[in-house]
Amino acid sequence: MYSLYRSVSTQMRTCPLLSVQPVRGLLDEKFQIVVTNLPPNQKVTLHSLHQSDDKDFWEAFGHYVSDEHGSVAGFKDESLGGTYEGTEPMGLLWSMRPIPGSRHGLRLRKRDIFRPMEVCISVYCEHLSQGFSQQTPLATSVTERWYIAPGVKRINIMEKEIQGTLFLPPGSGTYPGVLDLWGGGGGLVEYRSALLASHGFASMALEYTQDTDASYFEKAYQILNNHPMVKKDHLAVLGLSLGSAITLSMTSYSKVIKPQCCVCISGSHLMPVDKSLSDLFELMKNNADKLCVNENNQVILRNLILSLPSQSAKIDVGRIKCPLLLVNGDDDQAVPVVESAEDMAKMMKKAGNRHLLEILMYPGAGHLIEPPYSPHFRATNYKLQWTNERIVMLWGGQTKPHAYAQEDAWKKILAFLWQHLSAP
Amino acid sequence: MLAPIRTVSTERGTCPLLTVQPNRAQVDEKFQIVIMNLLPNQKVTLHSLHQSEDKDFWEAFGHYISDENGTVTVAKDESLGGTYEGTEQMGLLWSMRPVPGSRPGLRLRKMNILTPIVIHISVYNGHLSQDFSQQTPLASSVTERWYVAPGVQRVNIRENGVRGTLFLPPGPGPYPGVLDLWGGGGGLVEYRSGLLASHGFASMALEYLAPEELRTADVDVSYFEKAYQILQNHPKVHRDRMAMLGLSFGSAVTLSMAAYSKVIKPQCCVCISGSHVFPVDKSLFEVFEEMKKYMGRIYMNKENQVIHRDIILPIPSDPALKVDVGRIKCPLLLVNAGDDQNWASVESAEDMEMMMEKAGNRHLLTVLTYPDAGHLIEPPYSPHFRASNFILQEIKEKIVMLWGGQTKPHAYAQEDSWEKILTFLRQHLYFSSNFAVKAKL
Repeated sequence: MYSLYRSVSTQMRTCPLLSVQPVRGLLDEKFQIVVTNLPPNQKVTLHSLHQSDDKDFWEAFGHYVSDEHGSVAGFKDESLGGTYEGTEPMGLLWSMRPIPGSRHGLRLRKRDIFRPMEVCISVYCEHLSQGFSQQTPLATSVTERWYIAPGVKRINIMEKEIQGTLFLPPGSGTYPGVLDLWGGGGGLVEYRSALLASHGFASMALEYTQDTDASYFEKAYQILNNHPMVKKDHLAVLGLSLGSAITLSMTSYSKVIKPQCCVCISGSHLMPVDKSLSDLFELMKNNADKLCVNENNQVILRNLILSLPSQSAKIDVGRIKCPLLLVNGDDDQAVPVVESAEDMAKMMKKAGNRHLLEILMYPGAGHLIEPPYSPHFRATNYKLQWTNERIVMLWGGQTKPHAYAQEDAWKKILAFLWQHLSAP
Repeated sequence: MLAPIRTVSTERGTCPLLTVQPNRAQVDEKFQIVIMNLLPNQKVTLHSLHQSEDKDFWEAFGHYISDENGTVTVAKDESLGGTYEGTEQMGLLWSMRPVPGSRPGLRLRKMNILTPIVIHISVYNGHLSQDFSQQTPLASSVTERWYVAPGVQRVNIRENGVRGTLFLPPGPGPYPGVLDLWGGGGGLVEYRSGLLASHGFASMALEYLAPEELRTADVDVSYFEKAYQILQNHPKVHRDRMAMLGLSFGSAVTLSMAAYSKVIKPQCCVCISGSHVFPVDKSLFEVFEEMKKYMGRIYMNKENQVIHRDIILPIPSDPALKVDVGRIKCPLLLVNAGDDQNWASVESAEDMEMMMEKAGNRHLLTVLTYPDAGHLIEPPYSPHFRASNFILQEIKEKIVMLWGGQTKPHAYAQEDSWEKILTFLRQHLYFSSNFAVKAKL
């Protein structure tokens, strides 16, 4: 291995320097990758490697040519090929995919948010597209991507059968609160709440199952609102997918849940969740024949959801009294977000509250609009809640527009939350 | 950082927002501190607090007035008072001092560098100068400062009687090697080596003064030569790209090795706050015995602080009492403080320059002298210690040693010299075209 390096350096006669700044960043922060001390006009490959909590390897790479000074600046220069092309400062993160030979249908999600995501950035000689582990890089740097800022506190919530995790920003103040709801995949997903707390929000990630009903969410909301470190009545509800439907339903109907604003990512008002979730799942089960499968055997859920209103009522969004931000990808294959958004706008216009609605529609983005620079998953393994069947769910989207959507949406979501929650 | 969009609003003044970017940084990285959502022209105090490994509290603070938008930008605005004044982006770090009521003579040093330095930054209403713990801040943030970058490997070295710690940059290497020597305070001090490894150098912090483990009679030229060879022979170290870096007494060792050793032949050397007087060409025991003869030149000022610098003054003309720096064959960088009260490093540098001029190797020498800086020129943004508790090697007594320097010029010296040291090391260990690369095929 070392003689291989030596032979390269005999040709090159240099000791390349690779720098990644910052070397420890928050997940939503950009980094700057610079390689110096290469020979001029040298073909190199910038490569990223990460081993997930599930032990799978993910990688991305871009092909560059050094300038006349022997430098490559990842944030300014163009990638000529690889898993991303063009001038993409963060391409080495968002274009990551499982390495060849990996298991299928993988999704990258962080479970242990107290340990950072470690990404190994390397620069290789020539334009490589495979076999990275068999080559010796010219230089390597390790960068950490953190979901949680220093000083953020994590508190288990296990109160009156409510299961969740509250993340509090550092300091002794009171903070605006966010009730954070994920989708039908279930479990207790903490990383978005940890990131929100890193931006100054007391954010509670809530776990819920199909046996929950409206009173469960109301109790959770009250626990958050009554917490001594939460600014009372400065709350938002943020949901993704099924969590969005719950958000819309609670905000429309609940006498207890009265947030200052709501954010619904990849959601729809066509999923009736006002009674209990098990009723919704029963409805989905009874309409299983409307589920489509594409030529790759990936399940397309959107059509099933589109068919639901013929069986039961839509969520009456005309009753919503607070600002509502919808964040959607127009290639969403799991939920009919485009149709829902149009219909919601019509309903709200009729009811006189259209001015509360803001719609962000991202062309080419799919369903899983996650925090910035997360890889894009067009389809992944999934367990259908109403049948317990293991399938491959088609989420949709193309990688580059999806990455743009994640980055832009996050900025706008944070700005929206601050705007509506930091009033006196 | 994604700042909230806050346009002109009647609701300003609530929910002040404090951001520290990056909030996990390397020790030598600058941070940007911005406070937003204050009232216009509001008096505020920015405060930093740190609890050391010894459990003492250190703090710094600056008095600011927000602009018409209710914003304070530390990198651009002036502190009107506090522990630092003026436009000082990093003042909250380098002007830190022990909180009132602390034990006297403290020095802030991190011994476990695998964990970060944790600093609490807060904004208070009004211009406060004390009793911060009794006030509720308007906003708080916590920031981490790291001596080691991710992926840097720490390797214990206990080989052949040599004691040290090697820090390796991430990746396959090989890397240029740096032998890193501290001064007469002794012990195994790792943080500078951790930082050097974070900049791409395989750096070995060497322990050579350890009363419990090493007898000074056993630490002689061969000890340092063995240490150098252990580093040079390491599979991840580039044997033809080596440097020695020393501070204080470590500088005397560095100069002696560079001048006399047949084994230690670095590509370059850095000597911080050092001197060529008292050559280390025998065992440390013998060197200290020699120095004891001049103890009469050390005295105490009226604050009972020991001034050590005159021990080598006047600079002897007898060549036996000085390292023959005319024999040095590699580039040499001297980093000196104009107010060094511990070693007469400025006078030494002048004498070294004369000797090298005479010997014909003056072109190898670069001298950086920082007016009003003190002896302990540490990595950037470390607080300044004008005097601190110390155990004097020659007599094994606990005293308060005067290091010298004024805080602001000392902070400047640390920041500027570190950059120049890194540039010097890169120039001679990374970018030099004078390397004969042996192709082992």
